[in-house]
Order: sequence, then C-alpha cells, then structure tokens
Amino acid sequence: MGSRKVTIDGNTAAAQVAYRCSEVIAIYPITPSSGMGEMSDEWAAQGLRNAFGTVPNVVEMQSEAGAAAAVHGAVTTGAMSCTFTASQGLLLMIPTMFKIAGELTPVVFHVSARTVATHALSIFGDHSDIMAVRSTGFGLLAAGGIQEVLDMAVVAHAATLDSRIPFVHFFDGFRTSHEILKVDDLPDEVIRKMLNEEAVLAHRARGMSPDHPVLRGTSQNPDVFFQIRETINPYYTACPGIVQKAMDRLGELTGRHYHLFDYLGPKDAERVVVMMGSAADAAEEALAKLNGQGEKVGLVKVRLYRPFSVADFVAALPTTTKAIAVLDRTKEPGAAGEPMYQDVCTAIGEAMAEGKTPFRAMPRIIGGRYGLSSKEFTPAMIKAVYDELSKSTPKNHFTVGIEDDVTHTSLKVDATWEAESPRCVRCLFYGLGSDGTVGANKNSIKIIGEETDNHAQGYFVYDSKKAGAVTVSHLRFGPDPIKSTYLVNRANFIACHQWSFLERYDMLGAAVKGAVFLVNSPYGKDEVWDQLPQEVQKDIIDKQIKLWVIDAPTIAKATGMGTRINTIMQTCFFAISGILPRDEAIAQIKKAIKKTYGGRGEEVVKKNYQAVDSTLDGLFEVKVPASVTSKLKRPPLVPAQAPEFVKTTLATIIAGNGDSLPVSAFPKDGTFATGTTQWEKRNIALEIPVLDPETCIQCGKCVLVCPHAAIRQKVVDPAQLKSAPPTLKMVDFKGKEFAGMKYILQVAPEDCTGCGLCVDFCPAKNKKEAGLKAINMRPQMPLREAERTNYEFFLSLPEVDRLAVKQDTVKGVSFLQPLFEYSGACAGCGETPYVKLLTQLFGDRAVIGNATGCSSIYGGNLPTTPYTFNKEGRGVAWSNSLFEDAAEFSLGFRLTIDKFAVQAQELVKKLEGQLGDELCKALLEADQRDEAGIFAQRERVETLKQKLKKVDSSEGRMLMSLADYLVRKSVWALGGDGWAYDIGYGGLDHVLASGRNINLLVLDTEVYSNTGGQMSKSTPRGAVAKFAAAGKPVAKKDLALLAMTYGSVYVARVAMGANDLHTVKAFTEAEAWDGPSLIVAYSHCIAHGIDMARGMQQQKAAVETGYWPLMRYNPAKPEAPYSLDSKAPKMPFVDYAYNETRYKMLSKSDPARAKKLLEEAQRDVATRWGIYEALTNVNFTQKPETH
Amino acid sequence: MDLSTTYLGLKLKNPLVPSASPLSQKVDAVRAMEDAGAAAVVMYSVFEEQIRHEQHELDHYLERDVGNSAEAMSYFPDLGNYKIGPEEYLEHIRKLKAAVKIPVIASLNGVTVGGWADYAAKMAEAGADAIELNIYYLPTNTKLSGAEVEQRYLDVLKAVRKAVKVPVAVKLGPYFSSLANMATRLVEAGANGLVLFNRFYQPDIDLEKKEVTPNVILSTSASNRLPMRWIAILHGKLKASLAASSGVHTAEDVAKLIAVGADVTMMTSALLKHGIWHLATVREGFERWLEQHEYKSVQELRGSMSQKSVADPSTFERANYMKALASFG
Repeated sequence: MGSRKVTIDGNTAAAQVAYRCSEVIAIYPITPSSGMGEMSDEWAAQGLRNAFGTVPNVVEMQSEAGAAAAVHGAVTTGAMSCTFTASQGLLLMIPTMFKIAGELTPVVFHVSARTVATHALSIFGDHSDIMAVRSTGFGLLAAGGIQEVLDMAVVAHAATLDSRIPFVHFFDGFRTSHEILKVDDLPDEVIRKMLNEEAVLAHRARGMSPDHPVLRGTSQNPDVFFQIRETINPYYTACPGIVQKAMDRLGELTGRHYHLFDYLGPKDAERVVVMMGSAADAAEEALAKLNGQGEKVGLVKVRLYRPFSVADFVAALPTTTKAIAVLDRTKEPGAAGEPMYQDVCTAIGEAMAEGKTPFRAMPRIIGGRYGLSSKEFTPAMIKAVYDELSKSTPKNHFTVGIEDDVTHTSLKVDATWEAESPRCVRCLFYGLGSDGTVGANKNSIKIIGEETDNHAQGYFVYDSKKAGAVTVSHLRFGPDPIKSTYLVNRANFIACHQWSFLERYDMLGAAVKGAVFLVNSPYGKDEVWDQLPQEVQKDIIDKQIKLWVIDAPTIAKATGMGTRINTIMQTCFFAISGILPRDEAIAQIKKAIKKTYGGRGEEVVKKNYQAVDSTLDGLFEVKVPASVTSKLKRPPLVPAQAPEFVKTTLATIIAGNGDSLPVSAFPKDGTFATGTTQWEKRNIALEIPVLDPETCIQCGKCVLVCPHAAIRQKVVDPAQLKSAPPTLKMVDFKGKEFAGMKYILQVAPEDCTGCGLCVDFCPAKNKKEAGLKAINMRPQMPLREAERTNYEFFLSLPEVDRLAVKQDTVKGVSFLQPLFEYSGACAGCGETPYVKLLTQLFGDRAVIGNATGCSSIYGGNLPTTPYTFNKEGRGVAWSNSLFEDAAEFSLGFRLTIDKFAVQAQELVKKLEGQLGDELCKALLEADQRDEAGIFAQRERVETLKQKLKKVDSSEGRMLMSLADYLVRKSVWALGGDGWAYDIGYGGLDHVLASGRNINLLVLDTEVYSNTGGQMSKSTPRGAVAKFAAAGKPVAKKDLALLAMTYGSVYVARVAMGANDLHTVKAFTEAEAWDGPSLIVAYSHCIAHGIDMARGMQQQKAAVETGYWPLMRYNPAKPEAPYSLDSKAPKMPFVDYAYNETRYKMLSKSDPARAKKLLEEAQRDVATRWGIYEALTNVNFTQKPETH
Repeated sequence: MDLSTTYLGLKLKNPLVPSASPLSQKVDAVRAMEDAGAAAVVMYSVFEEQIRHEQHELDHYLERDVGNSAEAMSYFPDLGNYKIGPEEYLEHIRKLKAAVKIPVIASLNGVTVGGWADYAAKMAEAGADAIELNIYYLPTNTKLSGAEVEQRYLDVLKAVRKAVKVPVAVKLGPYFSSLANMATRLVEAGANGLVLFNRFYQPDIDLEKKEVTPNVILSTSASNRLPMRWIAILHGKLKASLAASSGVHTAEDVAKLIAVGADVTMMTSALLKHGIWHLATVREGFERWLEQHEYKSVQELRGSMSQKSVADPSTFERANYMKALASFG
C-alpha cells in the first residue's frame, strides 16, 4: 500500500489527513497555515467524505481563540476534531489547550510552525510558537519533510484517540508547509486502519450528552485541585508507548518506520546532533557526506517532543557518544538554555544519575540556535556544528547561520562546503508574481514528479511587496530522494522571466559551470548580447554558461495570454532541460493545462495550447562572444545621497543579500527610521500618467486617489521655477487663492505602479479627442529619465502653506504633503488612498496603531517603509502590535498622551512664575481645534522650550520632556475588516465605548485580504470567498450602524470613489470629535476580482446601488447628528455585484444558489437602505418625557 | 379561420412568433407568450463574444494574483468546473421545452466559424426545434472586402448546417451590396429560412459626459418598411421560409408583412412596450382583419402583394423611390 506517488506541499499533506480523520473542523486564517483550512472548506463544499464516509462540518471562527473553543466544544461532545494554525494563532489557543489537555480529550492541532512576533512580526518558520505551548499538556509531534507530515499527521490522530492526550502535530512553516515534494500517498484504507474504532467509540461515549449527563469544568479549591491534577499522570506515562505503537502500525501498513527518536549514523558515532523539524533532513545530507569521509557523527531526529520520553531518548544515543549538540529553532531569552537543550541536559543528567545511559562518561552537551524565521540552514552549517563538537571547549549557546558580531555567539561556516547529490538537477526561476512563474513551476514539478521516475522538489520565495512582487522558484529533480531543505544555491538552470531583473539581481552568482541561462528578452539572439550588463556578460563567459533567449511577451500577446508568460517559459524549460523528450514534455504540459484550466472553458485551454505551440519557434540559443563588450553596468540600488543606514543595511536587503548582514547592522529593539521607501526606486510601472495641461482642471482628484502618492501637485511662485528642467510642465493656477502662481502636477515615474486609477478617476476629458483625459497613460521607459529629473526638482520646491489651502476641499487637501508614500501595496489598492489622506491631514501629529494585515505589511515590511516625515521632521509614529489588539493598543497611546498633556499642563502651572504668566496662560488655554491653532501652539511650545533651557530643576527637565504634548496629537487605530469585524471586534467595541478621543479607521475590503481572501463578517451575502467557497449565505454585519447605537461615537461610512469630498469631511470631523470615532471605508481589493484601474468606479456603483450607503453620525452636532449622504438606489445590486468575480463566479459554478443568494442580497440592500432612510426621520434631540 | 403557417418546416398554429429578446430568459414569460397565442418562440441569443469573454475574464481574475505573495497563494477558492458558455443556455432550452408545447428556436449569435458548430449541435440535443443563426457582424476593417464578409457568413452557416439536423434560419441585416444574391447563396448553403432583418443596435453619444451611451430604441411600425420591401422582392424566389422581423406592432403590420410574403412575423418591441399579452391582441386583431377582408386562411393572404403579385413590380424597386419623391410634389 501507499505506493502511489503524489507531488504535494506540506499543508496539503496535513489537510488531507486531518480532513479524513475529522468530523468537525474549526478554522481561521493565519499564514502559513491558511491553506489547510482553505482546502478543508473547499472539500466540504464539494461534498468530499472523510474516512468514516461523512462530510466534516467545517466552520470558520472569528479568531484562533474561537476556533480552539469550537474544537473544544466539539471534542467535549464526542466528535473527532481538528484545527489548523500557527504562531500568534497558536498562542491565542493556549487557554483552551490547557483545558482540553486537562480534560484528557483527544484532538489534533496541525501547526505549520511559525515565528512568534517579538521585535517584529515574521510570517516565516521556526519553533517559537511550539515552544510556547510546551506547558499546556498537549503532545508535540514533529514532522520533517512532506512525507513525514502525511505520516505524523495520521500518527497524531491515531495516538490522540488511543492515549486521550491531545496533540499538536507540527512541521516547519513555509519550508515544509509550502515546499512541494514527491511523496508516497497515504490511501484511505491506511487512515481507516490507523484509527482504532474502539477508541473512536470510547471517545464518543465520553462525549457530553443529556442522555447520560455529567458535568465538567468545575471549580476546585486548595483541598483537592492538586491531587486531581495528578490523576492524569498514567496517561502521560503511557503516551510515548502508544505513539510508538501507532508508528509501528503505520510501518506495517506502509513500510515507513518511525521512532520517537530516530537515530541516524554509525553505531560508534562520538559526536551527535539532536534536532527536529525540516532542517534535520539537511543535516542528514551532511551526515552522509561526513561519515562517507570517515568521520563518526550521528543525528537524533526528535519526533515526539512531548511527552518527552527520557528512556527512549537516551536509548537512541550510541554508546560511544562523547559530545552532543542540541539545535533549537527558537530563542528563549533569559533561560538557562533553549528548551530542547534543557530537556536533553535534564534527560541525560537524570539517566546518568540512575545509571541508565548507554555510555559511562557524561558527554559534553552544548546547545545552539538556528533557523529563526526560516533562516537558511544548510549542510555546511551542520558541518560547522559537528566541527564545533570536535573542539576541546566547544562554544555553548551558540548560533549558526548568522554572523553575530555583537555577542559573538555564531559559529563560522564554510559556505563552499556542500553535500548535495551531484545527480540532482537544480533550477532557479526569477519571475514576477503577476507573470505566473510560480504557478507554472508548480505544474512543472508535478509533471516531473508524477510523470517521470525522478524525485522532485519545488520551493518558492516571494518578496514582501504586493505590487511588482518578485518571486524566485527553486526546483530540484533527480534520481535520488531529495532531502535538501534549503534554497538552491548552486544551479544548473537559471531562468530570468523579466528583462528588468538583469540590472537588479545577481542571478548568475548561483550558476555552476556550464549552466543554462534562459532569458525572456525583448532582444533577439543576435542583438541580446550587447544589451546585457557587463557583470552578466562576465559571468556567462567565465562560467561557460549557455545562453538562451525567448521573446515571451510577444508570443503571450499573440496568443491571448496577456501578461502571463508562464506557459511559454515553462515550455522553454522543458525544451532546453530535456528532462522529457520534447513531444512528451509538450503533451504533459498540455495535460497539466487541461487539468488546471479546463474548468474555466475551452477557450482558456485553447489559448494556453496556442502559447505552448508557438513557443519553440521563438526559442534560440545565443552564440556567446569570447569577451565582455557591454557598455552597461548594473546601477546602484539606492542613490548616493541616501542615509548611511539605507545605503549599507537596507540596500543589502533590497539586493536580496540580507542573509549576509551581521547582528551589529541592526537596531536592537525593532525601532526603525521612517521615510525609507523614497530610496527604493522600483520602476515597476510599464506606463505612467502624463499630463495634458490644456485639459487639466486642477481638481486634485488624481492626487487624492493615487494609492502610492506617486502623483502630486504644488503651487509655486514663478520666481522659484527659473531653474526648472525643460520638460517640467507648469501652468497658471486656476482660482483665487493662489492667483499669479504656477500649478504643477507631477508624477513620480519610478514609484508609480502604473495602476491607472488616477486616469480612470480624472473627470476632465480632452475637447478634441474624447478618449483622452487630462492625464493619460504612456510608456514609462522613454519618459523615465526626464520625469525623474522633473520629480526631483518638484520635490525640491517648497510645500504649499498648509494654512493657505482650503482643507475642506479635495483640491485643497491634495496640496498637503502625504506622509505615506510609495508603499508596497497592490497596484490600484483601495485602502492606501485613505491612509495617505489621513497622513495629509494629520500626519505631522499622528500616532498610528496598526492591526496586522495588508495595512501593516505595506506599512511596515522591510526593507523600506512608507510612513515618512515633513521638513520639520514631524511625521507619523507607527507601530503594529498584533492582529487583534489595534484598538486597545492605540487606546494605550491615547492614555499616555492625555496623561502627558495633563502632566505638562500641571508643570506649566507650577512653573508659571519662572516662565511668565502670559505664555503659560496662552499655553493652557490654547484653542487647537483647527490647524492654525495647532501651529500657534507649536510656536508657544517652542518659546516654552527656549525658556525651559534656563530652568535648572527637576520640574523644568520634566516639562521639557513633556512640552510637545501640549500640542494636540491625533491617535488612530488602523486595520482591515478581519480585525474590526472579527478578531478585534471585542476590543474595538470596548474602545468605542471608552469615550476617549481615538479614531478607528476600518479599511473594509470585506475579506481577509492579506492572507488571500478569506471570509470575514464583513463579507456580503452571495460573495464567494475562501472559507465561503459555496458563497456566503448570511448578510454582512453593519459595523457603522452598531457603532451609532452608542450615540457618543462619531461614525462615518465612506467610499472615496463615490464621493471624495464626503470622505475628506468625514476624516476631518472624526478627528475633530473629542471622543471615539469610527470610519468604515469601502476599499476595493484584488480579492474582489475587478479591474483595479476601475476600482473607484466600482465604489461609485456600490453607493449608487444602495449597497454602501454613505452616512455620518456626528455627536458634535447634537441637534442633527445623523446624515444620510447618498441618494436612494438608482440601479439594481446585480449591476454592481456582477462586475466582480467574487459574485460572478458563483453564478458560473452554482447558478441556482447564486440566483437565490443574489435575490436575498438585493433584499439586504433594500432593508439596509430602508433603515438608513428611516433614521433620517428620527428626532435625536427628543427630551425624555417627565411625569 | 385557418391561421396556420409553416416556418422552417415547422407547422405553426399562426404566424406570430416572439423574436430573440431578454423576455425569453424567464420560463414564466415564455409560458405567458404561449398563453397569449405565440406559435413559436425564438430564445434570447447566446453570444459568441460573451462566451469567449466570460471564459477569459474568469480565467484572468482567478489567475491574476496567484503566486504573488507568500501569504496568499491565491485570492479565490477553487470551485473546480464552471458552467461557462452554452451550458446555462442549454439548461434553459430544456426548461422551456418542458414548460411549453410550442416550438422553441434557439438563437446563436456568432461571427466566427470557431467552435460554434458544436454549440449548435448541443442546442439541438437539448431540444431546440430549430436554430436561428444571428450573424451580427460589423466589418470595420478597412482591408476587408465585401466578398470576404459574405464568405464569412456562408462559412459560419455551413459549419452550423453541417453540425445539426434541425432547421437553421439565418437572421441578417439589410446591408449587403446585393441582398437578393446573398439571400440566394445563404439558402444554397443550407439555410432553411431567412429572418429579415436584424435591427442593428446603434449607439448614441452623451455630449456632456463625452461618452458613447448604449441605449436600445424600440422599433415602431415604420421600421417594417425595410423587411416589407425585401420580403416582397424575395418571396417566391427562394426555397426557404421568410420571417419578417422589425416593426411588427399591430394586426395591420402582420397583415402587410404576410401579404408581401412572410411566413411568420416576429415581434419584440411591441411586447416590451405593451406587455406579453399584446400578442393576443395582435393575434385577435389579425384574425378579425382576415375575416373582415374575407380571407379564409393566412395561406390565401401570403404573397398576395409580393413583388411578383402586384400590378407594377417596379414599385418595389427604384421606381418606388421615384414615386415617393413625386408624391411630395
């Protein structure tokens, strides 16, 4: 059994087992575990049955805490249940985990182990989350590669039933959860045989039921709690044996044998490494090579980490063991050592004391950290560990894989040492997220894995940007099993899918001698050579690289593939690599196309086929000259005038070489300077907006909607334009406030993403050619140089006087300097225009607490970050704490600021005599409701500071440190609907009820956008989302209406694309209200499946159909707080909904359900409108009647 | 009164047939047409571009951001197979066939040979009694000759004709250099009937918004002059049925068009304007008209005023124009 080969990733492996072993599955999205929940939901929607012949109940919860609680309820009532999570999600489950384990209830949590956020969030893998749940009483079962995920998953489900101990089955986030590998399938019959029916029935019988009532969850007292806590001991004692039996049963059924601790290496090894997870596979590679060279080294792979069986552990060690290194993929600051190191020390210490070790002398034991946040772990690093163990005084508490030049913990690694099989073919593909490279490579690896005898592995690396994201695919295949759980660093085949990468990335650094380099080139085989940068030419010549070119975009265009060149590049790969005969390769590619796209119709399959068929005629090998001839050199990644930290540290990260940076290169507490995106010029726009000054009406709308602050306007005194570059466009300002001045509308050519939102939103049409507007998209390349100069000049011009512009107009606001610029958000993002507006209005005095999600990723992901400061050095102070706590976190800001303000005022009063009555009075009584008032107060504070310099007292120094708090600050909590409607709703609600002056901005995309579009309680009825694959059957929550019920909360529901002025007013009013404010902002999103250039039009449609009524509730106007700000619906909901794939796809997959849900959704719209309209008749000033 | 007629070889109880329109998207509406006396129904058109577009559009949005981010492998769940293309339409044919007794004519609107023949076959399989091939083609390519355009019509027809056994009608526009010749060639290529004419949608523009504004203007009785003339000319010259479409609003319109030689008259605008029950009014009015004018059957009226039957055949030709001019004097 089990001989069928499948090529799958770790999440799929875990989900396949979990689904088949469960009756109830509670899910919640969190990277990198989301895929497991998504698959479970899809399978349930498709009616796929589990090992017991029934479709599991799959339900999404509002948080991981909710998922754990739901699972707790399910197992308490006797169901077989599981959930999936990682990192913070697992931490949120901890309280429930103690309960589940304390009650001896079987359940399995499948965890793609991920870094717990500390000084920073990281989505990548390590064991810090696992180590945080050690004390819960859950069993902890580790899987290494994908095969082990399948196997350990079923062992966990079997053992939990047999032992009554709940289990966390974990595997490394990304490295295992997202790696694709050819493995043996685990058929249904194996799963069915692994699950002991008696144990299932016993579990069910223990389930609470009114038919045999019992009571759990008592509260106990000092007299008995302790004793009762000890009753569980026999179960923990028995557990390791039960797990081993389950492993043995699996071995009998599949031929794959595992032990609690698997020892690899010679029996007489002296140096032994102990570790768990995926890196143990890389260690295995090193081990084989080292022992082949005559060394005597061993490796213990830990599988059952909890309950930790001391006896089994020591029994696994060779009798000759002299030195042990324990590698922990976590960091526990302040501890005597990392957790597994301590376990090993304790185990060996105990066993030695009891004389139960296989060796007489106490071995030397050292511990080290590796692989935090998916840091690479290579065979060369494990060799460094073995080498360290050879030393007479090996370093303890070491690190490996980084250079620690601060506390000098790191081991030296010989990076040239490798242990990979020379028979393994290694390939690297550099692509854009949007060109389909990853998808094609996933297909390729499946073809190689499933259609040839080769072993195959695929792993995919993404950069942190959402627009213009670069992806690198790492593929391996060959006759031997692949244990290389690290990136390809020596490649036989390298493909560059985007020409522009040649000047940005050193792709050939990894090329081996004689490697193939395939370039997607706009230049033909005879012209391409001279277009390559010198560095590339040199590598090609030195390494005798075979160069191939293809003009993929031309073929893609001709065959209707648009920008997706995946099929074409994939065909080239197969054609050149020769892994299959060409005809067979093409047949297999076509088979994969049919399988992947067949469900979308014949036309789609046909165009892909045509692309495949047209490819080979355009693929050419280039005759490589003998010498470097190019005049081109790779330009520096950041300009010379950038700050030192940017030029050294950040530029290294931008170049993709962050691994090489030592510890000393970084700040210690996660604090970074702002305003760094300006130094990372990404040049991702194919086209940029070009102004037609004749047509422009200077309305500022393009500036307002630009998601990346890449189109800006200024008015300037003509005298300042004498040295203007020749191509800078300037016209007379239209209007009275800046009469006689010049108006400039300027694009940032290298920061623009080319989304086209500005052009679509531009209201001015050319009189002579109606298809043209005041700005029109034109190719970036020919304009880049001139516009770069223009933009630099534009930035050097003074900012417009904030007090001179009309801040209650769109035109006026668009003159204000954005303090949020060039973020990595998607091209055409619907959220960032609101964030930018916030910073234009209040950025110089704003502090933002940001919920985790898209806005925290584009807001704070390294290398460069978009929040910035003005010429006075004032700007947004920003932090992200967690997903769930942004409202409370930000409230904390407010509490501090208020306290500091009061303290400052108290000190001003105290020091009145020394500071002068007049100044103090003015400081204390300042009216700061508008910007003029704030400016005046800033000046007073400056005077105060000057005076304080002469006050030499503790109170004087205290006041100096608090003086800035005499100026009003603006506190904001930002996040998406996942935060506001679901996981953070409790906190958000509490903060709304706090009465404090805090502003909550909900960037409502109606799904969890960052994790890939999972349903939230904001998702509308009838829309398809992940976790709502069959279309959401219930209406969305009306957050604005709920908040309004307090009466003391400023509430606005806005949609910039429908009414931009309304949005501006709402932001201003919300900020001005001295109490809590909530703005719910419609944010179009790629997860809606729309043309992002038309996002603002879609916002308008949402309002015009009545789906998204615009409203405000302003407690500052008690006589008439409520206003309904949009008109009655003038078109049916369907006219809006069916512009979006999220709705439309259901009409194609399940037309009857789509029709029903659409009708209901239309009713939702009518009802909502009815409520909002009825509220216009409410008399909010009514006094209570008295009798 | 014998109102019966034959269209595309189908025996119809009268010559009133609702033409392709969104009305037929609802089963209840088609049932109402039958109750009002419709002798057959032409279903709404399934458009070639629409099917192609829907497939490409869905593929585009499902695929656009796949593999773009480490956190989001995609943005939509995989729903497997989508019912894109004719499936929904075929299902509707089945529903209509189950709901009504009158013949159901499926309408296929396409301009390329492509996979259309297959769709036609599937429509016939689903129960369509005939196929109306609506060739809506606006040749804007300045290098494309009239002959090439005509050939395209013939190729599309032949492909469909080859694919199905049920009758095929071609609905075409009046804009051919030699319509009579074109009609003849279509019939030779296998058309069992011609529907005259397709009222091409003519876009308007909004001067304020500087936009092209699609809006459909319903026909009036005046619109039937064009089919009237050509049916009069073609009657008796082709071995094929002739359907009059455009401007059929009143019993008199029906009478006129039958008189010039139409086998059936097709209406949509009148039904959209006055409701489906208007068809009953027209049918009754037509029957009354026949009685008043002492016709015993539709058969007797048909072609009585076609070109070959009128006293001066040239009145349907250029002289007609001259006469019209003269009458102004």
